[in-house]
Amino acid sequence: MSFERVQEKLKILADAAKYDVSCSSSGSKRNNKNKGLGNATGMGICHSYTEDGRCVSLLKILLTNHCIYDCAYCVTRKSNDIKRAAFKVQEVVDLTIQFYRRNYIEGLFLSSGIFKNADYTMERLVAVAKKLRNEENFNGYIHLKSIPGASDELMREAGLYADRLSVNIEIPSKSGLKKLAPDKNFDDFIQPMNKVKNEIIQYQSEKKIIKSTPIYAPAGQSTQMIIGASGESDFQIMQTSNHFYKKYHLKRVYYSGYVPISYDNRLPKIGSEVPMLRENRLYQTDWLMRFYGFHVNEILNTQHQHLDLDIDPKLSWALRNLHEFPIDINTADKRMLARIPGVGMQSVHKIIHARRYRKLNWEHLKKIGITLNRARYFITCHSQEFERRDLTAENIKGLILQKGKSKYQTTLSNQLSLFD
Amino acid sequence: MEATQLVYDGSFEGFLSAIFLVFERKLTNVTIYPEHNQPPELFATKEIVITETHKADRVWKGLRKKNAGKNVYQLYYAFLSEKRGVENLLLDCIKYIFESETPVFKNYSNPSVLKIAQIAKMVGREKHRMEAFVRFKLTTDGIYFANITPDFNVLPLISKHFEKRYADQRWIIYDLERNYGLHYNLEFVEDIQLTLPENFNTSITSTDFFTEEEVAFENLWKDYFNSVNIASRKNKKLHERHVPKRYWKYLSEKQ
Repeated sequence: MSFERVQEKLKILADAAKYDVSCSSSGSKRNNKNKGLGNATGMGICHSYTEDGRCVSLLKILLTNHCIYDCAYCVTRKSNDIKRAAFKVQEVVDLTIQFYRRNYIEGLFLSSGIFKNADYTMERLVAVAKKLRNEENFNGYIHLKSIPGASDELMREAGLYADRLSVNIEIPSKSGLKKLAPDKNFDDFIQPMNKVKNEIIQYQSEKKIIKSTPIYAPAGQSTQMIIGASGESDFQIMQTSNHFYKKYHLKRVYYSGYVPISYDNRLPKIGSEVPMLRENRLYQTDWLMRFYGFHVNEILNTQHQHLDLDIDPKLSWALRNLHEFPIDINTADKRMLARIPGVGMQSVHKIIHARRYRKLNWEHLKKIGITLNRARYFITCHSQEFERRDLTAENIKGLILQKGKSKYQTTLSNQLSLFD
Repeated sequence: MEATQLVYDGSFEGFLSAIFLVFERKLTNVTIYPEHNQPPELFATKEIVITETHKADRVWKGLRKKNAGKNVYQLYYAFLSEKRGVENLLLDCIKYIFESETPVFKNYSNPSVLKIAQIAKMVGREKHRMEAFVRFKLTTDGIYFANITPDFNVLPLISKHFEKRYADQRWIIYDLERNYGLHYNLEFVEDIQLTLPENFNTSITSTDFFTEEEVAFENLWKDYFNSVNIASRKNKKLHERHVPKRYWKYLSEKQ
């Protein structure tokens, strides 16, 4: 392999792939059984972290940044004047293997601009994965991008070699998509996602009967939405997200604050702030939906279309629903414990475990690790002390903000000043 | 009763043999130290423990029988921390475990159980970090070589992980601090001791020892690392929390 040429391609094609946030390498079940290379079993490993604090777990590259589409939000759009490059299939295989052997990475995340047509592109992505599995005996993690519009047959094959498949819908609404990517069709995104979902269900049910059934995309599917490019409300975004979790059994939906890359007047200007705090609030909502038993409409609905930036979504829900509180830590069920601001799922389990032995007081709760600054207004425990004042939601919010210092303080004041 | 000081050879088997002795002789006023790290004890009888596998096995099996499940490995993890005096903490803990009728591995209200769990957690973290931060370099004689200086003696804990993962390449992970390493010879993993050449620099990839390709791949990796960073999202604080500075010496991309 010619290092100089590969080096230049790598710079271009890694740079173009970096806006894809997914870097998960967990959840696979690929045992190294035949003295091959690699062993992807369950736990993911982050091998490094970039200066923006994101983990580097996979070799994340595009096969090519040539693209026939002209999506306004994308760096590799047809009309953008940038250097173009394309890897050969063998080059990607070699890079993956060599990096993996040195313990740099957990595997490969291969995406691509669309050249010629969807199937032609998807075919090449599949070829890379197939070669890695069949010729190199590689058992590391492979994440392939499903190309919108790719045929069912190719998607079926992709899942046999890849651990995870993802198709990024990028724009959370059909109207936004029409505006920013007029030559893309919403249904083209759905089709491969749907195919993969059905295949996963089918392979899993067959595996129950015939043990030798091959594994199919064991780490499931994910998608990504760009935040702050097309004017959707948080309500719309989370509705879409919820829809994808429910309907297509996605493992993850990623939210990616839009990094301005274009002078297109349909989009935020270059130099405007990346909405990192908003992104964070959306992830918090996502977690509340998936692990805390909240329904999306409890947090966001037609009356509350936007998440508060200065407080987290759970606290915000609690302040709107003060009639549900205070909660007695020693008797409340798991569902309600999980709804107390400042109490995470780990603390919920610890509380349930610990209260079997003794009644818990403030001291115990502090040791368990709950954030009393937030929680104290919403709970009672085995103690004479508790919040006796009849505080309004506004009072409580004020008191909490006064005491706590957000790690987003600087971002917060910046972002808020936008609305002044 | 007179104080006894048991001195063992530093191995886990040796330590368990010492525990065996404590129970066999019903010693109460006793401390255990490894031979390379003994404090001067003026008023104690010093005794050298002979490492005996069958005695060590009996202690280990006894512990497992105490309904411990995987929790028993906490003791091993804590032992590998090599913290000064950890042997005596372990002794306390083991006594408590054997004395209790019910499983007590999770009773964190007992101070020595809690302390052991905390130390084991630290060791576990270091193990995971080494699985992530080990960087192999291909030597001119075809071995993938990595040197590390972990805070704790984690080589025995990471051996399985690397054996499963790199089953088709010869590799060595060498602990410079403790001067021993793991060598996988395509069949199994063995402990080795090396005398590194005088002019061997552990942080520089010199073509005296490593292949030309190695330098090229290291550069590719560095380029890759720099290309995936999004400058407008820079977050130095978070970065350093994930990769504390003391680990940078392992990472070619941070050189």
